[in-house]
Amino acid sequence: MFKYLSLIVLVLLSFTSFSKVIHSERSLYRNIIVDENGNKRCLKFNTKSSKTNQSCIFKDDPQKLVFNYAKLVFSSLLMIDDPKKVLIIGLGGGTLSNTIHQLYPDAYIDNIEIDPAVTNVAREYFSFFENDKITATTQDGRIFIKRAKLKKQKYDWIILDAFNGDYIPEHLLTKEFFEETKNILSPNGIISANTFSISKLYFHESATYYDVFGDFINVSNKKNSNRIILAGYTEQPSDEVIKARVEKLYPLLKPFDIDIREIRSNMISTKDNIDWPEDTKVLTDQYSPANLLNL
Amino acid sequence: MTSKTNALIYFLAFSSGFSIMGIELLGGRILAPFFGSSVHIWGSIITVFMLSLSFGYLIGGKLSTKNASLTRYGLIFLFASITVLPIVFFSQEIMEFIFTHVEDSRYGSLLASMVLFFIPTIILGMISPYSVRLLVTDSEKSGQVAGILYFVSTLGSALGTIITSFYMVLAFNVNDIILGFSLTLGLLGLLAIALHKSAFKNHMKVSSSVI
Repeated sequence: MFKYLSLIVLVLLSFTSFSKVIHSERSLYRNIIVDENGNKRCLKFNTKSSKTNQSCIFKDDPQKLVFNYAKLVFSSLLMIDDPKKVLIIGLGGGTLSNTIHQLYPDAYIDNIEIDPAVTNVAREYFSFFENDKITATTQDGRIFIKRAKLKKQKYDWIILDAFNGDYIPEHLLTKEFFEETKNILSPNGIISANTFSISKLYFHESATYYDVFGDFINVSNKKNSNRIILAGYTEQPSDEVIKARVEKLYPLLKPFDIDIREIRSNMISTKDNIDWPEDTKVLTDQYSPANLLNL
Repeated sequence: MTSKTNALIYFLAFSSGFSIMGIELLGGRILAPFFGSSVHIWGSIITVFMLSLSFGYLIGGKLSTKNASLTRYGLIFLFASITVLPIVFFSQEIMEFIFTHVEDSRYGSLLASMVLFFIPTIILGMISPYSVRLLVTDSEKSGQVAGILYFVSTLGSALGTIITSFYMVLAFNVNDIILGFSLTLGLLGLLAIALHKSAFKNHMKVSSSVI
């Protein structure tokens, strides 16, 4: 009997893999932890719980995207032609930058990250790389966008990914900020925002996007609470155009474990589909208690 | 000084402590769209507030040596109320100008804090020493009076911080909160002046009836 029991314990133990911290540091903004759990290496902020995973890679297959939200971001490609200039606010592990570069080696990619320690960790542990087309700048996203506007720069694809699970930089979730972002978007460009909101903030966020951009597209899947907002397009591409893009992109995105066909079916426009109360307060620089609303 | 005016002075000191920290806290919110929310923003704001309070104490103390009165005390509040207003009405233009002329957001935020908060905070800083001057009648008790005053005004600061950051930002626009502070300071200043005038009148009545 005892023999069997110990055998069961042994088997169970071999299934439970323990995560091990391979790097941790306290930066100016947060605690940064890199840990490994079997084949998976993750960047975490503040705590060791998996809830605050920022970015993960599979060590044996670094091309494959781990996170669902990261895959959903690529729904943007159904809205635009091949992007030539990409702006990413919030670097994390640099996975988006790396993936987009592999897809579009000729595209210029500017990564903006407020925390230099995060950039270093991305380089060292997540193979984030820069070259003559890919840059990483240490700056507050809002300041970068304001300066980009002064320099009259334009981007085809702007990815807003500065929120982590438990803290929202409130000045990056206001009507004024979205207007500034809209100002540096090229005529046929797209803004994709990664949002975490499941609370009351969901309504405020939607109302604010709607106020600035009009109709937008929600991309989500039933499995988790992430949603990607696609906004800033002047006209929604026709079904034929989108269908053609799906077929073109499907084989290109497959190596990254992105199923664009499935993602396509999870895109819902707010046109005739407004799911927030009409009197929801728009968030502005004057009124932006995003973190308090997110409780 | 009657106990009624003493209570008023303590209440005014409390309100000024409340407003100072309320405004300081909102400073971060005001600067963020132009200078971000990095740690140096708070560096700029706290530096400017501490610096201007220190000058305020010095000037307020000096001012209290000549003809100290409740009317003059009330005038300080009125001035504070007025100098807070540019934060509401001109901060966008001021920050935009600084943003386009100063590339480094550390010095940009420092300069912006200076322009927006330096003058009103100096004036608010003058209130503490001036209050001590009005309250102290007996040098034996001067330390105790100063102690109570610091207690009251710092308690005001603590409450101003928590109430602004926990509740007011959820209910009001930033500008409306600052306007609220300005209005409160102005009204309290007028109240102090009115009380002094009426006390003065009563005093005249009493002295003329004696004659």
